[in-house]
Amino acid sequence: MLAFIIRRLGQALLVLMAVGFVSFSMFKFMGDPVENMLGQEATVADRAELEERLGLNDPIIVQYLRYFQRAMSGDFGVSYRAGLPVGEVILDRLPATLELALLSAVFAISLGFVLGVYTAIRRDGYLANFIMTTSLIGVSLPTFLIGVFLIWAFSVNLGWLPSFGRGDTRSLFGVDLAILTVDGLKSMILPAVTLGLYQMTLIMRLVRSEMLEVLRTDYIRFARARGLSQRAINFGHAMKNTLVPVITVTGLQFGSIVAFAIITESVFQWPGVGLLFINAVSFVDIPVMSAYLLLVGVIFVTINLVVDLLYFAIDPRLSVSGK
Amino acid sequence: MSDTPLLQVSDLIVEFPVRQGVLRPVDRVGFEVRAGEILGLVGESGAGKSMCGAAIIGLIERPGRITGGEVRLNGERIDNLPEDDMRRIRGKRIAMVFQDPLTSLNPLVTVGRQLVETIRTHLPVSASEAQRRAIALLEEVGIPAAATRVDAYPHQFSGGMRQRVVLALALAAEPDLIIADEPTTALDVSVQAQIMALLKRLCRERGAAVILITHDMGVIAETTDRVAVLYAGRLAEIGPTRAVLSSPSHPYTVGLMASTPSTTGNLNKLSQIPGSMPNLRAIPKGCAFNQRCGKAVARCFEDIPILEPVRDSQVACWLYDPATLTNTLEKTGATE
Ligand SMILES: Nc1ncnc2c1ncn2[C@@H]1O[C@H](COP(=O)(O)OP(=O)(O)OP(=O)(O)O)[C@@H](O)[C@H]1O
Ligand code: SF4
Ligand SMILES: [Mg+2]
Repeated sequence: MLAFIIRRLGQALLVLMAVGFVSFSMFKFMGDPVENMLGQEATVADRAELEERLGLNDPIIVQYLRYFQRAMSGDFGVSYRAGLPVGEVILDRLPATLELALLSAVFAISLGFVLGVYTAIRRDGYLANFIMTTSLIGVSLPTFLIGVFLIWAFSVNLGWLPSFGRGDTRSLFGVDLAILTVDGLKSMILPAVTLGLYQMTLIMRLVRSEMLEVLRTDYIRFARARGLSQRAINFGHAMKNTLVPVITVTGLQFGSIVAFAIITESVFQWPGVGLLFINAVSFVDIPVMSAYLLLVGVIFVTINLVVDLLYFAIDPRLSVSGK
Repeated sequence: MSDTPLLQVSDLIVEFPVRQGVLRPVDRVGFEVRAGEILGLVGESGAGKSMCGAAIIGLIERPGRITGGEVRLNGERIDNLPEDDMRRIRGKRIAMVFQDPLTSLNPLVTVGRQLVETIRTHLPVSASEAQRRAIALLEEVGIPAAATRVDAYPHQFSGGMRQRVVLALALAAEPDLIIADEPTTALDVSVQAQIMALLKRLCRERGAAVILITHDMGVIAETTDRVAVLYAGRLAEIGPTRAVLSSPSHPYTVGLMASTPSTTGNLNKLSQIPGSMPNLRAIPKGCAFNQRCGKAVARCFEDIPILEPVRDSQVACWLYDPATLTNTLEKTGATE
């Protein structure tokens, strides 16, 4: 078990270094940091002195390792646009994105799971078929269209929910969170649904097909032959077995939720890292862009790790006590 | 026990609607099983053995269903019970064991929990009492160190041990009848005999009857009291095992016995009978065996033979019809 964790951590580090190299290259080959820092009037001597001081004359690999080391300690340089350390800028925006992603993941996973199990159990039911058909819309419509439609329906026409911004926030341990206020929560609903709808339908369809698969297995047949109630079979057996394959995909979905937040945050002007990234792109704010890239990498890798560990918790065949 | 047999199956028909029409994997099958008796069910692959078992315990998969006949347990009809009542019979009064012990157990649930849930589904006992019984059952089926193994997961048992667990599960609520569908086919030859002996012993001890579905004539000879031969969904012959094996009456059974040199032969190698069992979509008119039967008479191509007593057995073959007998006995030499 420990060896497994260490191996996985090693793999995670390798993946991060690869992602880090991409964001480093961005830094290195797009734009000129010296010019950015000194301005137009710098002398050649000034430039040479600064290049030496920044280590720009060292071999690329050394520069990269230095970059990576600094990045891992949270130092990404200074945002061209804000003139503040990138770490600070991102940290300031991160809670907004994470709380949005979390709420939308909770929405996607819980509703996706419930609907998936329901449509599997009531395979030929009227409502189940209706849900399946409608879910196709969720999969095929682009995110921004869904967002715009929701704004049109719930903000413009019904006036129930705000169409942009984060609403009120409340501070918890020094972090401002919208999820803690009623106003903030109301502001979160539309972006969270928009962000989670695609993942929700995906999870639902996956859960349904996995569950149908499980319901056809011999051990479910045998459970029937033992006279267990339909309830015990569905919820005591089939659901548990459905969970195993569903967890990976669901876990990875959370990574994509954070990544996809770019679009949703722009549509709803949600002040998270996604919106920060979009603004950084239009400003060619390289340090912010490269840091964002690395951040998404870290999130994906972390989730992967957690998913692997969850497997151990659920499937006894993988644990060390098994043979 | 009174005169009522434990199980009475009469004129049972199972049908599957398909695009081209309706398939009948079980066609007017009727037999009885008395309390404590072991009935063997043999026939080539696709003859409808598993389907018969599934029909009795009410587990025919959609869109198939029982469209005719009846199944009676201790004289009460059970084939038309509401699902919830039938569920209470499953496991409690009729249990079923499937072929593959590797896939019959939920890999994510300990064997103890699977036993406890079965016991508590059918018997009003506390959780701790159920746990105690679960351990006792595991001991009874020969699982060593049952008290600790009860918390193990299925993958921690060997194939033979898993089939023992499956037997424990089937016996958990003391059923009167166990339908065992090729319970040893998936196992190593070395453990097959042990599992059969165990099944036989457990059922004798509890007075439980068994319907044993198998391809193995050796198992039939050693284990069963009576045997029923199925062909293309229809009953060809049924009678005391000794009688059917040593002096079969139906031409199909005759061929079957001739093609099993020793008692350990396998039903799938029917060297003595030309051709193969017809597909369900192409069952000939009259007797289903008429294309392969060397003794067929005109009537075999017109009417489906009905089960009639012949010596100690019952046989569905026109050769034994009094009308045919008087007409053609000399020509065909029907009884061997
Ligand atoms: N879902 C289904 N739809 C249509 N026909 C089916 C279905 N399941 C089984 N059958 C048919 O029913 C017939 C009887 O099948 P059954 O499984 O009872 O055979 P069996 O005697 O148990 O054979 P085996 O020895 O291979 O287990 C076969 O011809 C099979 O093709
Ligand atoms: S009924 Fe006719 S075809 Fe069928 S087994 Fe008897 S003799 Fe052969
Ligand atoms: Mg079968």
